Amino acid sequence: MKISIRQLAAVAATATVILTGTTACNRGGGEAGAATPKVVMALSTLNNPFFVEVRDGAQAAAKDAGVQLEIVDAQNDSATQANQLATAATGSTKAVIVNPVDSDAAASPVNTLLKANLPVIGVDRTVNGADLTSLVASDNVAGGKQAADELAKSMGEKGSILVLQGVAGTSASRDRGQGFTDGLKAYPNIKVVAKQTANFDRATALDVTTNLLQAQPGVTGVFAENDEMALGAIQALGAKAGKDVKVVGFDGTADGLAAIKKGTLVATIAQQPAKLGQLAVELAAKAIKGEKVEKTVPVQVVSVTETNVGDYAK
Amino acid sequence: MSAATLQAKRRSFDVKKFLANNGALVGLVVLCIALFIATPDFLTGRNLLNIGIQVSTVAVLAFGMTFVIVAGGIDLSVGSVAALSAMVSGWFFVSAGLPGWLALLGGLAAGLLAGVINGLASAYGKLPSFIATLAMLSIARGLTLVISDGRPIKTSPEVSFLGGNLGPVPMPIVILLIAALVASFLLNRTVVGRSMYAVGGNAEAARLSGLPVKRIIVIVFGLAGLFAALAGLLLAGRLDSAQPQAATGYELDAIAAVVIGGASLAGGLGRISGTFVGALVLVVIRNGLNLLNVTSFWQQVVIGVVIALAVGIDVLRRKTRSS
Repeated sequence: MKISIRQLAAVAATATVILTGTTACNRGGGEAGAATPKVVMALSTLNNPFFVEVRDGAQAAAKDAGVQLEIVDAQNDSATQANQLATAATGSTKAVIVNPVDSDAAASPVNTLLKANLPVIGVDRTVNGADLTSLVASDNVAGGKQAADELAKSMGEKGSILVLQGVAGTSASRDRGQGFTDGLKAYPNIKVVAKQTANFDRATALDVTTNLLQAQPGVTGVFAENDEMALGAIQALGAKAGKDVKVVGFDGTADGLAAIKKGTLVATIAQQPAKLGQLAVELAAKAIKGEKVEKTVPVQVVSVTETNVGDYAK
Repeated sequence: MSAATLQAKRRSFDVKKFLANNGALVGLVVLCIALFIATPDFLTGRNLLNIGIQVSTVAVLAFGMTFVIVAGGIDLSVGSVAALSAMVSGWFFVSAGLPGWLALLGGLAAGLLAGVINGLASAYGKLPSFIATLAMLSIARGLTLVISDGRPIKTSPEVSFLGGNLGPVPMPIVILLIAALVASFLLNRTVVGRSMYAVGGNAEAARLSGLPVKRIIVIVFGLAGLFAALAGLLLAGRLDSAQPQAATGYELDAIAAVVIGGASLAGGLGRISGTFVGALVLVVIRNGLNLLNVTSFWQQVVIGVVIALAVGIDVLRRKTRSS
């Protein structure tokens, strides 16, 4: 008897937690609107402020665009995303916005949607081997070049720098790194003394930068392929950040912009995530109405520094 | 059977066990000598201090994991629970407006609660600990995202102090040492701690000899949750913010540290000092690879090889133990 009550309590406790979790997961759903067409937005992850801002921009635009937006989060898993896209195809969905976890892996489920005559809008990352209705993305290579320019300018076009790379093998890391390397060719007096990955993660960047500073105490600049890593590097640099060592990030997240205001971050290359989301929804609405949409819609990346941070900070 | 086990335990200067436990230490020393030769930047006061700070998070997580592995279980949720605890603490401070020290305690309580739920599900719900904690891994990470809405939250000054300095000494190192002493005391000098070895060695025998096995399992997972919370708060303190994606994958580092440190995944074997050495091995490798500017692709290969070696040693040791 005693045991059965305990068992019941254990099961109840577990069940409560599981139910809480499930309810939370369903939050993005919402009730089906009668007249407004449904658009499914399949995001790679919401475990990253950048994509949260993409979502916020999309949600803000949905009402004006006259669509009902449903957000699904693949938690950075290609298989999950494939399932979510397959589910989208079976419902009353009129258009799909996809931010692929992996540009190659998304091709097959996206082609299935296109074959069913659903417009598919890509956001931030393209889908290789699928003829997307439209792609909204910022130019990471151009952004990398801009980052090189900003860093060089702040360092007086000379010195040695560390490069913190993103998750190895991702297109964002590849493109930004490529652009940065290309951009740096214009400054022969700046030398990259160490290039290490910190997985786009703040805590990892803190450790990696601390370690690198042991081997390279004389560096005067850091380029991080995203703001999170730039903030980790700033934490590692302590009082030197912004003074002896100039740090440039990428993304223009709220924390990154705050660091520019504080003077610890010299510049960030702001993509405009909210704008990415907004444009994607507007394009989806257009496509549903049968209007013609542009194949690629580039969203400007902007160098944000002390001088113009006020225009971007919320 | 249980009498034989106890007798084996009493011979605390068992030569084989002594060598096995110090195997990790020998490995660490070899690693340090190699790095000392390879780069002059390794053996400097600053770098050693850095290693001390960097090992704090994974070591504290691994101490909690040691209880679980000694008791014959596994806890896959510690990374997520660490993130959740830090986020709950940040939320208490920023959104609920609680005083900073109360927010800190709130974070610890959240970790303890998650751990106890793991224990209840495992002991009374009869779920294998692998599954119960796999569920918690997902639930805790999900709740972290729900609370934070995917954005970092500022931590209270008290939490930031955990990641700061106490005079010239970095606080993470102070907390690491205190956590090591407390964990070691719990495991070696308390009835509950000694019972963990009995439960991990043979749960049925432990039950028949009158040990409250289920209650011990709940305590074991509760402790793992509490240590995970402490690790999460340490990490948040170092970053001055609770990150929604903090400590992702750290459970694997923690398990690796415990196993490198000489614990057996079959249960009944393991020591806090060994775990500490295991965590140091992982952190020193990463530190060294950074100092040597080894490319990220090869770093993953090297770390994988070390983990494989550690598990290999574990298997080998169990073979010699049973023969």
